[in-house]
Amino acid sequence: MLSIWKKIPEQIKRLSFLVILIVAGYLLISPLFIPPDFGKYGHFRASAVEEIASQQMNYVGHEICANCHEDVSVIKSKGYHKNVACEVCHGPAFLHAEDPGSATLEAPRGRSYCTLCHEYLPSRPTGFPQIVAISHNPMKPCITCHDPHKPEPPVTPKECSACHATIARTLSISYHIYLPCTRCHETPEKHKINPREFTPSKPSTREFCGGCHSIDAKSDKGIPRIDLATHGHRYVCWQCHYPHLPEAK
Amino acid sequence: MRNNESSEKQNRRKFIQHFLFACASFIIPGIIGAQELVRKVGTWVLKNGYVPSEHHWGMGIDISKCIGCGRCVDACKKENNVPKEPFFFRTWVEQYRFLENDGVVVDSPNGGINSFKAETSEKNIIRSFFVPKLCNQCDNPPCVQVCPVGATFKTADGVILVDKEYCLGCRYCIQACPYGARFLHPETRIAEKCTFCYHRIIEGLDPACVEVCPTQARIFGDLTHKASPLVRFKRMNNLSVLKPSLNTEPKVYYANLDGEVR
Repeated sequence: MLSIWKKIPEQIKRLSFLVILIVAGYLLISPLFIPPDFGKYGHFRASAVEEIASQQMNYVGHEICANCHEDVSVIKSKGYHKNVACEVCHGPAFLHAEDPGSATLEAPRGRSYCTLCHEYLPSRPTGFPQIVAISHNPMKPCITCHDPHKPEPPVTPKECSACHATIARTLSISYHIYLPCTRCHETPEKHKINPREFTPSKPSTREFCGGCHSIDAKSDKGIPRIDLATHGHRYVCWQCHYPHLPEAK
Repeated sequence: MRNNESSEKQNRRKFIQHFLFACASFIIPGIIGAQELVRKVGTWVLKNGYVPSEHHWGMGIDISKCIGCGRCVDACKKENNVPKEPFFFRTWVEQYRFLENDGVVVDSPNGGINSFKAETSEKNIIRSFFVPKLCNQCDNPPCVQVCPVGATFKTADGVILVDKEYCLGCRYCIQACPYGARFLHPETRIAEKCTFCYHRIIEGLDPACVEVCPTQARIFGDLTHKASPLVRFKRMNNLSVLKPSLNTEPKVYYANLDGEVR
């Protein structure tokens, strides 16, 4: 054993002393800096998860509201806003649910809140009810005509543009503005009440458009004509031409 | 001569044996340690009885339902005390507008928190939609890889969290996130991000943004439970994720997403 020790060169001995010192130092000091639960469940501090999990909640969730406000929740459950949580309009309600007396909630009564969702924007999906606020009874708060818990138009919309605003705007600069929507879309009456269940139809044949646009159609002279026999068969017309703004101007 | 050869063979055999033992002594403790960690994580129960390893959370976002009202952005800030001023968002909404001349305009004024304004030049728009964005809770998260101190990490339920006590504020993770989902909190100087409202989901509630979404454009659920709304969402829609080529394996799934969105 001693002979092996003698065989090790001097510089290796000194170097190994230094290495041992560093390793021992690391082992002694590192527990002071690394929390005891670090690495328990992975490369992180396990108690951090408990800390994040114990964050104070502000939104309490929609289920609890009905416990006290059953009357409103019954009305709301039948209307178009049935899937709009109470806290969307009334704000975070955790404290109110804990202590209804001291923490009261607000209800937005001005026009500016409703228009966050219902102002016309071209990016909004078609079918979503939208208005242009500056021309839609500009001086009246929305709630004078619409019950926010069961919103319905005061009269069933006569105009399709109430929900299909982008199409209506596109159509307004098109020659087809003179056609009523129902000329091409057979619309079940229930579509106005339950729009997604009862959807309007689209023309399914080429002959439908041909009624005005084919060579032998009995229609106004100014209307562009096409020979249905040679033009783009295999397609229904609206698969190439956008009927709300046909490119022929 | 023969003897010599056989002893040489034995020597070689011994050497290989020793070599393999030496290799095993390095590898086997690692395997055992990893198995031990997996077993430990399986028994991990939070204070309220929530078992992280039994869940795997994800979110679905249906682009065709988003109306860009910004209620999610507002609710997220209120729920998580995110600084009110612009540029600090855990979730935000972008508006995409495709113009006639093939141009695309993307904007997100104040994260969409006050909804959007119709532009006068709208007649040139041929197609337009909103894209809500948030931390994608990647299954293979670049931000976790780069954190030098283990302050950001993936829990057993797949949510990426930030340890507020441990974060140095070095911003490595902000650089690494390909989705721009992280920011440095101006006061606490720690890297912040969406936690899927971890304090809510462990109580069985939805994240605040999902709770207030008026059109159900956001769906939240557990990927390990067959009856979760998210599993139905995944079954019924054409899905994509943001930047799939980066192999981050996001757990925020978009339905009807345009290829232009990144």
